[in-house]
Amino acid sequence: MLRRLKFIGALGAMLLLAFLVSAGQRFPPPDFDSGYRIPSPTTPAARQLWLQYADAGVFLAALGTAVWLIHQKRSRRGLFWLSLFSLAYFGFYRKGCICPIGSPQNVVYGLFNPEYAVPATVLIFCFAPIVVALFAGRAFCAGVCPQGALQDFMLIKPVKVPPWLEEALSVLPFIFLGAGLIYAGTGTGFVVCRYDPFVPFFRLSGGTFILTLGAAFLLAGMFVGRPYCRFLCPYGGLLKLASLAAKWRVRVTPDTCTQCRLCEQSCPFGAMREPAPAAHPDGLGAERSRLGWMLALLPVLVVAGAWAGSRLSPAAAQLHPSVALAERYVSQQTAPVEYGLMTPEALSLERAAENPAALLTAAADLRHRFDWACLLFGGWIGLVIGVKLVALSVRPGRTDYEPDRGGCFACARCFTACPNERVRLGWMPAADKPTAS
Amino acid sequence: MDPTPQSNGPVTRRQFLRNGARLLTMTGLGVAAGALATRSTAAAWVWQIDPAKCLHCGNCATQCVLEQSAVKCVHAYAVCGYCQLCTGFFAPEPNELTTAAENQLCPTAAIQRAYIEDPYYQYSIDEQLCIGCAKCVEGCNRFGNGSLFLQIRHDRCLNCNECAIARSCPGEAVRRVPADRPYLLKTTSR
Repeated sequence: MLRRLKFIGALGAMLLLAFLVSAGQRFPPPDFDSGYRIPSPTTPAARQLWLQYADAGVFLAALGTAVWLIHQKRSRRGLFWLSLFSLAYFGFYRKGCICPIGSPQNVVYGLFNPEYAVPATVLIFCFAPIVVALFAGRAFCAGVCPQGALQDFMLIKPVKVPPWLEEALSVLPFIFLGAGLIYAGTGTGFVVCRYDPFVPFFRLSGGTFILTLGAAFLLAGMFVGRPYCRFLCPYGGLLKLASLAAKWRVRVTPDTCTQCRLCEQSCPFGAMREPAPAAHPDGLGAERSRLGWMLALLPVLVVAGAWAGSRLSPAAAQLHPSVALAERYVSQQTAPVEYGLMTPEALSLERAAENPAALLTAAADLRHRFDWACLLFGGWIGLVIGVKLVALSVRPGRTDYEPDRGGCFACARCFTACPNERVRLGWMPAADKPTAS
Repeated sequence: MDPTPQSNGPVTRRQFLRNGARLLTMTGLGVAAGALATRSTAAAWVWQIDPAKCLHCGNCATQCVLEQSAVKCVHAYAVCGYCQLCTGFFAPEPNELTTAAENQLCPTAAIQRAYIEDPYYQYSIDEQLCIGCAKCVEGCNRFGNGSLFLQIRHDRCLNCNECAIARSCPGEAVRRVPADRPYLLKTTSR
């Protein structure tokens, strides 16, 4: 009891002293007689700027090497070692951050939030692989992406995904891209980074949910080639679009296709396309009318999507912390909920109560932003599905076996399956070349 | 390396479309990059806690993607009163003013108390032990000068694109700062 009194007394005396001396500082720094020098706190520096530019340099060099290995060297082995290097450097050394997959979000965030200047390195990481894909296909996916490399190394027994499922799932990357961009544009957060299933492995640390997700992807990746890349990666979606317009496409054969079909089974990612025979004149009318219907459906899907998207806006806005706090603040006025003392929930409500008008204005502004973003997002989903349906109704006009322009990761596995390539490499005499079956 | 060496009708049309699309995309990328470059910065950003906004809720200890948070307590010695009864060091109503574990507020005994001269004591943080729980920060701010505060330590921070602590911070105290001035140190109390 005496001790307690002493404590309270001491505290009281100290507080009194403090208020007497200064209003700002309760206990003024003492004047030391013993020659004690007041130390200053240590401030370990952030990663050196030149190292970040070195990262960008390594990245560009790796991209260049990948293009060379795919188109000049035509070497699977080279790409294997390059992706192993990328996994080690961009994955385990740089801990999966910095990576182009999330970078479109930074770009969009920078466009809509003037206070955030996009760092030059982020611009390089975002744009370089797209420019490369416009000329030489998905060289980034082939040898530079650590996430892709991790999945590629897990692949042991690839199974063929049924075409209907493959086509249906292939719209997901674009939807994920749209979601990532609207949340980045509204300043809510970077969902693509938040739900990247492999970065926790690179960090060797992560939450239960995301580690489970990563493990699920890796396990699936043992049988389905690169599942994240094919069915979820938003940046892969961008590169897929870019490589549709590629100047130099990835070719199985170095010169001519003998239609021997040996390459058909070599692609673990379902990107090998067989020759499409010319349409039978009788069936042409039906195909044309199907394409016509799909083209007519496209604007309907866009409008329907935009409408559905705008209906989802209030729910989507909930994910923004300021909107969520404003709603909690408003509901607290009518139906108060008791949060524990000093809990984050109680503290944020306290902060809201300091200046409710500012918070509510900010939330209203954000909701307005979300109305537009969700309208665009819904329309985007409609567009993606519509374009997919149109693409499925167009005859590809292929005469040879060739990798799909967009779907091909340029991993170079199919090259050595081609007898023409084997002849070129001197692995077999030209006389043994098979002819069309 | 050559484009498909065929020249019948549909292929040329496709190639024309492809070239057009490539040109358009390049132009678009150029415009976007140009627009961004004017607002871009050669430097980088890092995350940091604004001690003036920090509410000492304890989220920093648990929300970081690292198992042991990148947030640590930092001591601004110049602001410290070198109190004998440090409310950041001692648990409320301590048995004695000694470094015995039961008297300490810090759950990991990360604050070291060293005698300087009567009646002043120096308090320093052992960063190996600190978990960033902000218990001492709360104690120091409530009754003392507020010389203890939380900072993201850049030798540990991975500089995630989206800081998991920033997302859950009730005070919105975590923000991006230029990487060449990566700390928001306290120089005055409060």
